[in-house]
Amino acid sequence: MADVTAQRPGPQLQEPRSWRRTKNRIATVLMVLSFVLVIIPLGFVLVSVVAKGASVISWSFLTSSIPVSVAPANEGGIGPAVVGTLEITALATVIAVPLGILGAIYLNEYGGKNILARLIGFMADVMTGVPSIIMGLFIYSLWVLHFGYSGLAGAFALGCLMLPIVIRSTFEMLRLVPSALREGAYALGATKARVTMTVVMPAALGGIVSGALLAVARAAGETAPLLFTILGGLSAVNVNVFSGANIALPILIFSNASSPYTGAQARGWGAALTLIAIAFILMIVARLISARFSRFSR
Amino acid sequence: MAPTEPTSPVGSAGALSARRPLGDRGFQLIALGAGLLVLVILVLIAVSTSQQASSWFSTEGLKIFSKTWDPSTNQFGALPFIFGTAVTAVIALVLAVPVSLGIALLLTEVVPYRWSRPIVYVIDLLAVVPSVVWGLWGILIFATWIQHIYSSIGSGVSGIPVLDSLFGAPTSGASFFTAGIILAFMITPIVTSLSREVIATVPTMDREGAYALGATRLEMIRGVVIPHSQGGIVGAVLLGLGRAMGETIAAALVIGSSPEITSHLFATGYNMPSVIANQFGEATGLQRSGLMGIGVLLFAFTIIINVIARGVVERSARKKRGA
Repeated sequence: MADVTAQRPGPQLQEPRSWRRTKNRIATVLMVLSFVLVIIPLGFVLVSVVAKGASVISWSFLTSSIPVSVAPANEGGIGPAVVGTLEITALATVIAVPLGILGAIYLNEYGGKNILARLIGFMADVMTGVPSIIMGLFIYSLWVLHFGYSGLAGAFALGCLMLPIVIRSTFEMLRLVPSALREGAYALGATKARVTMTVVMPAALGGIVSGALLAVARAAGETAPLLFTILGGLSAVNVNVFSGANIALPILIFSNASSPYTGAQARGWGAALTLIAIAFILMIVARLISARFSRFSR
Repeated sequence: MAPTEPTSPVGSAGALSARRPLGDRGFQLIALGAGLLVLVILVLIAVSTSQQASSWFSTEGLKIFSKTWDPSTNQFGALPFIFGTAVTAVIALVLAVPVSLGIALLLTEVVPYRWSRPIVYVIDLLAVVPSVVWGLWGILIFATWIQHIYSSIGSGVSGIPVLDSLFGAPTSGASFFTAGIILAFMITPIVTSLSREVIATVPTMDREGAYALGATRLEMIRGVVIPHSQGGIVGAVLLGLGRAMGETIAAALVIGSSPEITSHLFATGYNMPSVIANQFGEATGLQRSGLMGIGVLLFAFTIIINVIARGVVERSARKKRGA
């Protein structure tokens, strides 16, 4: 549809007089310029992260323990933070994704248009706008004060952040499943739970998985929810996510970014490159999955 | 849109549900519980954080809105942070909204479909760059670079009445304005994608009608696209505002961290999320409670803005569908 209007040859019309045409050209140039304005900083960020990060990254950098801040760039690495990020994000995924999918199933399959379902859907949208640092304060006062800092607490905070995103993306995918599929299964005498799990879910699975991965990618890069839940400041790996302070890549980058030592800053760039790489890989996998399984989408 | 309950040709709905097996009803309850979790979490956030902040609210009373935040003298007024949040969010919106609308119009009205997809991918990349990476780049590279621009602008406007108090000395690389710029980059993707969705609902017939009357593209946009999508664009801007207010880590690194109320945009400042991020770890007693209270205020502000924004977006979407 957009094609048709976009290709309409405006200048061929006789009428537009030169000043109107000039204004139109200026507007078009401004639109293109606004895109350029966005690409330039994005390019700068990516180039500097890759350039500064690649010079320190190596296998031993990714696996060695974190040295003191004054250590030069070639000493130590970010191993514990890599382990922590992977563990905590995985745990958050395990907590939030099933709950988010179930919530979306309620909204689309059971709730329909009733008041409660509409309220939950609306509040889920509102919840995506809750600042991530609030999730950190929330888990701090609800969990950390009673049970102490742990990777699990961080996973709860990230999970709170992911939940509404997963609900929203799953809901959109379930909505695309044609109701003829459901009706066919009902006609065979299946119960609603069975229809949902064996007919609707498989049909929407590609989109659901890719939406969940995008939520994971967003959560993996979040710093604020982790600040008061996992504490950070470790130099060695804490494999036990369920107790004791832990460390993650974003926290490490945050503390190294405000450090005056060049070695710490270099490790910050290396950690930033690692974090961006993780987020990009998740995003690319998500795109591949949604392209592969886009049966009902688009 | 939503699937309808399977209706049986014989018997009432009541008889049908009585025959539903236990597992089926159990599944419905679990799904309902997961949905309700959203409401439960939102209520718990409000209750548990307010509880932790109660000593700040009760000790300080209305002084929570006083101008001084100084842990060494036990003064905990939140006004500098509320001021900083407002200033940085407004700077971010002023910079991001025109650019986002420009990109949204470029995508929907100018470029053909096969070009618009790569552009969307690039804009999405902005959203994938984590907040802390923006902050790292902002403080180590961007702030040191823009410092020179600030100081030359600052010396250029010295003596000119209004401009001097806005852009004059003292200037610093880490400042309100730097934080506003970084926030603008971060909210551009969401404002762009939401306004693009709204603009895409403008009927093609309306567009073609305007073109048939001899309108140029700009005239068509001003006469057809903007009036039609005004409501949704306002919603998109409000959602961007909510994001800009709550964005924490990038702002915490580049805002300069000094609780001051000043008209100087190039001076160091503070805002609500970044003071929580920077001070909560070392804070005790009333200060910790105060930071929690700033969190409560921030939560309240963003919830209000998001409810209004979602309401506006939904209403305009409904109106469009109904029309």
